[in-house]
This record gives sequence, structure tokens and C-alpha cells, in this order.
Amino acid sequence: MLETVLFLIFAAICVGGAINLLAQKHPISSALSLIVVMGSLAMVYLLLGAEFVAAVQIIIYAGAIMVLFVFVIMLLNAGEEERSATGSRVAMVLGVPGLLAAAVTTGWVLTRHGPASTPVVLGEFHGSAHAIGRLLFHEFLLPFEVTSVLILVAIMGAVVLARRGE
Amino acid sequence: MVPLSWYLLLSAFLFASGVAGFLIRRNIITIFMSIELMLNGVNLAFIAFATVRHSLNGNVFVFFVMVVAAAEAAVGLAIIIAVYRTRETLNVDRVNLLKL
Repeated sequence: MLETVLFLIFAAICVGGAINLLAQKHPISSALSLIVVMGSLAMVYLLLGAEFVAAVQIIIYAGAIMVLFVFVIMLLNAGEEERSATGSRVAMVLGVPGLLAAAVTTGWVLTRHGPASTPVVLGEFHGSAHAIGRLLFHEFLLPFEVTSVLILVAIMGAVVLARRGE
Repeated sequence: MVPLSWYLLLSAFLFASGVAGFLIRRNIITIFMSIELMLNGVNLAFIAFATVRHSLNGNVFVFFVMVVAAAEAAVGLAIIIAVYRTRETLNVDRVNLLKL
């Protein structure tokens, strides 16, 4: 029971943050509401028993990535965006009914069909750091090493791209 | 006991609002944040299925998605800085030519 209440609270915060991200005009407000979404998503991960992922979500997403975003917004002194383009109006007119139709269809399919009504029991399953580390360094060792190469390439790419010309 | 479909609905909503933000917003940084929102929605679906199926592979996949998202954010924001240096604007409607 408590579990359901907690899920509803954090899901509501998530939904509110996502809507606020779309509604705000200033990028810094959007960034802050994205941080809210990520923080409450970490709580939802905890409800699902994924402790390691919840911690990593806070540290990497809400910490590192969003700090990078806020830093760039402040560096470029981004102000409120102008809204006069016809492209965005077309997206509004065509996108909103399409999005509603997609949402209704998704909801209908998810609640009616398949194993989707399986209950998620809290405490039955734990994605602990120990178990994930064991899996990561045994079965997924090669992909794990490849990601370190990816990070290295990304660092070099960021340095080269953001360097002042010549 | 929360049914799995509720988690999947939340995940679908996050992904859909990411798509909507990508289409509606004109600021390149906000568009980039919408992409992060979509990635988060997908991560939630991964974790929900991993928990129901009692398999840790979903959690490992989310870890990899986060690593790729971090790399993408670093490179993408560097590109945004480079675009701003040459065009002096963050509005994607004004960035419509490959040449300067």
C-alpha cells in the first residue's frame, strides 16, 4: 500500500517536471525541472529495487550531466527563446492530436494485453552494486572496456570541438 | 504492489514528452535536454522489465545507456558551443545553412 502511494507521489513529480520542462521559456528553468525529473526517477528506481542504478542516476545524470548543461547555459548566456517560427506551429497543430492518439493507444495496449499487469513486489529483487559489478566484470567485460574507449574519444572530441579556432 | 503497466505508462509518458519537446522547442539546449528525457524514459522501461524478470541484465544495460548519454552530452554541448561561436544564436531555425 505504502509502495503504491510512494510510486504515485514520485510519478506525479516526474510528470509535473516533464510538463514543466516543455512549458518553461527559459532554458535554465527547463534544466532545473529536468533535474527534478531525474531525482524522482531515482526514487522510482529504488522502488523497483535497482539500488545501484538509483545511485548512479543521481551521481551521473543529476550530478555530472546536468551540471554540464547548466554550465553551458550560463556560459552562452542563453535567454528566453523566441517563438515565431511557423515550423513550431505546425508541430503544435499536428503533434498534439498525434501525441494524444499515441498516448491513448499505448495506455490501452499496456493495460489490456501481455504480461503488463504483473505486479512489481518491493524487496523481492535487488540490483545491488555487488551483483552488478560481478556481472559487469565477467559477462560484460568487453563492452565495459569498449565504453572506456568511447569516453576517451568523447573527451578528445569535446576538447577539439570547443577549442577556439586555430 | 504496483502493476508493471504503471511503470511502463510513466516510461511512455516521459519518452512522449521528450519527443514533444524535441519538436516544439526552438532553443538548441532545450532540444538537447528533451533527448536526455527520452533516454530516461527508456531507462525506466529497462529497469521495470529487469525487476519483473528477475534479471540483472537490464540494470547493466541502463549503466551502458548512462555512459553513452554522458559521452553524448559532452560532445553535443561542445558542438553547441562551436555553433554559438560561429552563428551567435541558439535558435535552431536560424541554423539552416551548412556553410557560414
